[in-house]
Amino acid sequence: MRLNDDEKAMLDGAEGPAVAAAMDLLVRYGEALGADRLCDTRNVAGTMTQPSPVKASLVRAGGWAKAYAVLNLDSDGDFEIPHMRVPTCQLQQGFGDDALGLTPYPPAMIELQSDAESFYGNHGVTILATCTPYQVGNLPVRGEHCAWMESSAVVYANSVLGARTNCEGTASTGAAGLTGKIPCWGNHLSENRHGTHLIEAAVPVDGFLEWGMFGYFVGETVQESRPVVTGDLHRPDLADLKHFGAATASSGGVELYHVPGLTPEAPTLDAAFGGRAWPEPIRYGRRERRAVYETLNAQGDRTDVDFVLLGCPHASLDQIAAAARMLAGRTLYPGTELWIMTPRALRTVADRNGYTEIITRAGGRVLTDSCPAMSKAAPPGTRVFATDSAKQAHYLPAILGIEAWFGSLEDCVDAAVTGRWRGGLR
Amino acid sequence: MTITLTGRGIVPGRATGEALVSHETISGWGGIDPESGTIIERRHELYGVRFTGKVLVFPGAKGSSGWSGFFQATRLLGTAPLAMVFTTLSTKSALGAVVTRVPTITDLDRDPVTLIHTGDRVTVDADRGIVTVTPTHV
Repeated sequence: MRLNDDEKAMLDGAEGPAVAAAMDLLVRYGEALGADRLCDTRNVAGTMTQPSPVKASLVRAGGWAKAYAVLNLDSDGDFEIPHMRVPTCQLQQGFGDDALGLTPYPPAMIELQSDAESFYGNHGVTILATCTPYQVGNLPVRGEHCAWMESSAVVYANSVLGARTNCEGTASTGAAGLTGKIPCWGNHLSENRHGTHLIEAAVPVDGFLEWGMFGYFVGETVQESRPVVTGDLHRPDLADLKHFGAATASSGGVELYHVPGLTPEAPTLDAAFGGRAWPEPIRYGRRERRAVYETLNAQGDRTDVDFVLLGCPHASLDQIAAAARMLAGRTLYPGTELWIMTPRALRTVADRNGYTEIITRAGGRVLTDSCPAMSKAAPPGTRVFATDSAKQAHYLPAILGIEAWFGSLEDCVDAAVTGRWRGGLR
Repeated sequence: MTITLTGRGIVPGRATGEALVSHETISGWGGIDPESGTIIERRHELYGVRFTGKVLVFPGAKGSSGWSGFFQATRLLGTAPLAMVFTTLSTKSALGAVVTRVPTITDLDRDPVTLIHTGDRVTVDADRGIVTVTPTHV
């Protein structure tokens, strides 16, 4: 990999040992990828504050600097951590103090995270604490080189916003924050951004549930490739595309898709494929739609639901408003919990609009920072959960060993107020 | 009789051990438990199988961007695989191999997942990009 003078100087220690360690990691990683060079980035989204037992023992041994060196730079060195060189934000983390006592999640982890927020806040990390930074102040512009983690955010940034990021990890984002560099490989290069597969919806894809199911099919079908989707697609909003992308990145590893006529790099079908011949379309019809629904619902037998989880990826204001309208004047079934996860910045607006009060009066909760899958914790005694998120239905049963139901927001709210799953494919 | 595959070493070093072959891609976050070094994804063919000390042969990484962090944790907790050999390179698997710091080879001339079988004795020479397989099956 070729380094410019500025990068060589950083590697040689001109900006201190932490920056040198960061550059060393980027060189090892870039060479493993086979990248020719690094590119400049001024937009990093990574994870520093999320607590874990490994992190707790590193902090005990050598403070936050040690934790950053080991986990965020993959370095064995002992050095101080300077201020981030470029704008860097914290993605979703563990539960915050609003979840204290609601789950078996250890209070010591909440304290450790609060301590981490102070340290990293002082070092230039913006604590957005969400898997959807693009909802709360980090909205990259088209063509901007980013270094983001979080597969659902990566696919949104590349596809919906036309920004350029690979699916980075804890160490590469840690190194990018201190250097403003990331390997120029994969999605950063124009030639790697054209479609590889064509998928045609023969059934209407309209609304949050349908976009999520369609995404789950697309991810399973193309795996790591770059799908172009066409057919009977009804105009999606932010939440629909957030669900669609998260689903493609759960059943598969999609980091970039195109919707001709809608997403920025695909004004036409021709443009989506970079002027090359279109491949044979793969059909998403009634049978495929039913198969997705059945896969996502093959993890539940018992119909008594004790927990309903909404807001994966973190809910938009529209989603919170819709849930509030549906819960207004109703009461949750005794023993059934309903949580909506959202960024703290959006909960502030939900509070102001009265949505939080309506949801809370019904017995639900609007929580921030994390989700049950990230924090590996649900309300005590949860055996069966329901969700409107294909991603959460995909991951949570394995993480917590519980049963899952997947369906519409209406089905989920019905389960929350009756304690029974009565959802079905309509 | 041995089989030799040639590829590109992406993390240097040399190691010899028993192969553990996954025909399915592997998830990091939600897919492995770093404390026990086992695959925990319920629908995975290696559900419940321990990879610690094995030469892990697999098609590639899938799922969350936590992949590298989870594999780095296996190194920190002493449950890491001995070496890695995989078919498809991505940012997840490249960074994951780098921070796990075990000899790793990818971009091979033949498909390691079909040629290598669980239990085979495998030498991963990542300094030269050569995987040598001594089959134990008939």
